[in-house]
Amino acid sequence: MRRFFGVTVLAAVCLAFAGALMITVWHISGTQAPVDLPGLLVENLEASGVEHPITAVLLNFRSYDTLLEIGVLVIAGIAGISMAKTTSLEDPLLRTSDSLLYALQRWFVPLMLVLAGYLLWAGSDRPGGAFQAGAVLAASGVMMRLGGIPMEFLRPGVLLRLGLALGFSVFLLVAVASALAGDAFLAYPEAFNKPLILVIETVLTFSIAMVLLALFVSAPVNGAEEPEEGERG
Amino acid sequence: MTSALLYAFAGVALCGIGLFGFLRLQHLLRKLMAFNLIGSGVFLIMVGLAQRNGQPDPVPQALVLTGIVVAIAATALAVVLIRRYYHLSGQTTLAEPAAKSFRPKARSVNREGAPE
Amino acid sequence: MTLWLMAGLLFTPLAWAVLTLLLDFSKGRVVTWLGILVQVLVSLGLWAAVASDGGFLYLLGGWQAPLGIELRVDGLAVTFVLLTALVAAACGWHASIYLDPGKPWHRYFWPLFWFLWAGLNAVWLGGDLFNLYVGLELISLAAVGLVALGGQADALRAAIRYLMAALLGSLAYLLGVALIYGQFGTLSLAGVTELINSGDVQSGLTFPLILMLLGLALKTALFPMHGWLPPAHGIAKSPVSALLSALVVKASFYIAARLWLDLGGDLGGYALAQLIGVLGSLAVIWGSWLAFRQAKLKQVVAYSSVAQIGYLFLLFPLTWGVTDAISQQAQQGITLQVVSHALAKAAMFLAAGNLIMSVGSNRVDALAGVSRFLPFSLFSFGLAGVSLMGLPPTGGFAAKWLLLQASLASGQWWWLGVLLAGGLLSAAYVFRVYRASFIEATDTDQFYHPSRSLEVIPMILALMSLGLGLVAEPVLSVMSLPFEGASQ
Repeated sequence: MRRFFGVTVLAAVCLAFAGALMITVWHISGTQAPVDLPGLLVENLEASGVEHPITAVLLNFRSYDTLLEIGVLVIAGIAGISMAKTTSLEDPLLRTSDSLLYALQRWFVPLMLVLAGYLLWAGSDRPGGAFQAGAVLAASGVMMRLGGIPMEFLRPGVLLRLGLALGFSVFLLVAVASALAGDAFLAYPEAFNKPLILVIETVLTFSIAMVLLALFVSAPVNGAEEPEEGERG
Repeated sequence: MTSALLYAFAGVALCGIGLFGFLRLQHLLRKLMAFNLIGSGVFLIMVGLAQRNGQPDPVPQALVLTGIVVAIAATALAVVLIRRYYHLSGQTTLAEPAAKSFRPKARSVNREGAPE
Repeated sequence: MTLWLMAGLLFTPLAWAVLTLLLDFSKGRVVTWLGILVQVLVSLGLWAAVASDGGFLYLLGGWQAPLGIELRVDGLAVTFVLLTALVAAACGWHASIYLDPGKPWHRYFWPLFWFLWAGLNAVWLGGDLFNLYVGLELISLAAVGLVALGGQADALRAAIRYLMAALLGSLAYLLGVALIYGQFGTLSLAGVTELINSGDVQSGLTFPLILMLLGLALKTALFPMHGWLPPAHGIAKSPVSALLSALVVKASFYIAARLWLDLGGDLGGYALAQLIGVLGSLAVIWGSWLAFRQAKLKQVVAYSSVAQIGYLFLLFPLTWGVTDAISQQAQQGITLQVVSHALAKAAMFLAAGNLIMSVGSNRVDALAGVSRFLPFSLFSFGLAGVSLMGLPPTGGFAAKWLLLQASLASGQWWWLGVLLAGGLLSAAYVFRVYRASFIEATDTDQFYHPSRSLEVIPMILALMSLGLGLVAEPVLSVMSLPFEGASQ
């Protein structure tokens, strides 16, 4: 009875929330936005160095957001590998031996790698970009991992940490180099816009794939643990 | 009413359902899925509302891409934490374990409880 | 010159995060010391620059808002940047000695620490609503990672609970941002404020503001949404607890305060302001009472944070519908409260860590006899407690004095009771710890002596919190510098 009462109250609260939200959305949809940001974007697209407006926003106009966003991803990767156990790659429980999986793997992994490359390349003028490419790359890694292909570089070690840091560091270096050249932090020099953005996208793809894959691999737990301060473990 | 606005209203519905799930469900993985549901709802509202006149607006689309990456990072971190928590405690919810079964044995029992 | 300072401020924490990720704990420690030095100098320089020349807008990538992201470098922002530099430097220094280099997972402490610092700076300077969201997430994930670092089931439970609360709060904030963007077509806080001030107010916009405030209040652990804070702050390693209590919860409060001061006048209302004030008051009373009842030392300090955060929310009623002079006074009081609580609470957590390390137990009643062996740390703990109680001449006193004046001047005398009761209750829980530590009869004589520098750090912080009341004038004068808005 009491449980039923609780659910009812909760449902009522959520409905009220959705109702208020709907009224607000409806109210806003009847007005006209006073600032025409898409128009402003089209005017400045030329100067950004990429033809695709979304990529231009992500990597030029609002590149600080993207820098911090990759930071968030690296944090998740760090927190993930801080819990990894070194021998997890040899864990026989994680191996799947399935002939269908092997067959799929033989067909799909090369295809997915090509697709990832295409997505990365397409990012400059069509839908696509670093994150999509990285996600596909990571997915093919997960597939290889499930098939039991040992991937030594995913062992928590220098290589893994380098991979995690690579995309972020290159992005950061470009940002600082532009500051050193006398422009503002994160302002790309006009002439290099296109190649710089391409380089950033490529290393980001690699790092994003690495972070996602590391999080997948590092999920198993280690035996070592630390007691709370003042508790004898 | 444009189709973009329809997306925004679908987002409103997702937010409501997700909130209910987030607050109601105890199992951590389900809670996490409910979180992702709310997240999708927010992203739909963000894009749909900005494009209500039918013209595409790349800025919210880019923001949503950033938001998705952040949500993925948070989800991945949460899954890693939940999995390790499950291994260590055998629990899938945040409920405190039954009294004292997880306490270290070294502690004397008579010192438990309220301060003097 | 200021361009260099800004680049240094934004760049060093991120670069040091990457550097320390590649090194092990001991090398990371040395590198971190260097980074802390750079960061403190840069923050001091920026503070001095703003104090002499006034605030400015910093355009990232050279793009103006609304197309790009602008950072708003004003007196308040640099005050918090400097506060962050001081407290984070102390916590980093403490952690470099306190944490055991032998544990393999401690190497990941430094990158998370630096990412946290980067996120804090991004939030203090942020002028773009979406950028603030990313900054908040950077802080939350780094903080959760720090709480969970190498932890057992209890620590993980606390970390997961913290993560869930933080994520829900961020989403509520983001939903508000989405609605505001839909309405105005811009993400710049200054732009939105200008549009609201110029045109007629849309009545439908109160809901986005409430959503954002609600999400941020959840992240700041406002009563009754405080349940996640004590487990997380109580179970983390002491330097981490100090960082979380002193700085991390202030970040979400800072955004809520900026939103309220910019948009609240038009979109908020008397009832909303009073409701938030009442919740803050309940947090003061309930948090202090629970702090008094806790059996574990760090839980006492963590619940004390819930109480002290409650004071901050008095900003909302004391700045709504009052004259500019009263609003200014209330803002100054709250700023002083943020600064003095950050210093005092960091000192308290670090001192509590030393005490726990010394007696080998985290229970309050296990402190018996420690007054003889570790008087220095206990004294730091007490000095910080004096600031929390709000006795003169501490920063806590100056803050509460300003709040008291603002309450009386605005005719909202009912907040007086909260200010008084909060002070008395904090005295109760601080003295309870003292009483336990002065009991002579004890069955243990084995006390571990922490290294001297571990004891010095909380003392420095506690003295700064104590002395803040004496130098409140210059600190406040920089904070309330008029913002010129000249972009650089």
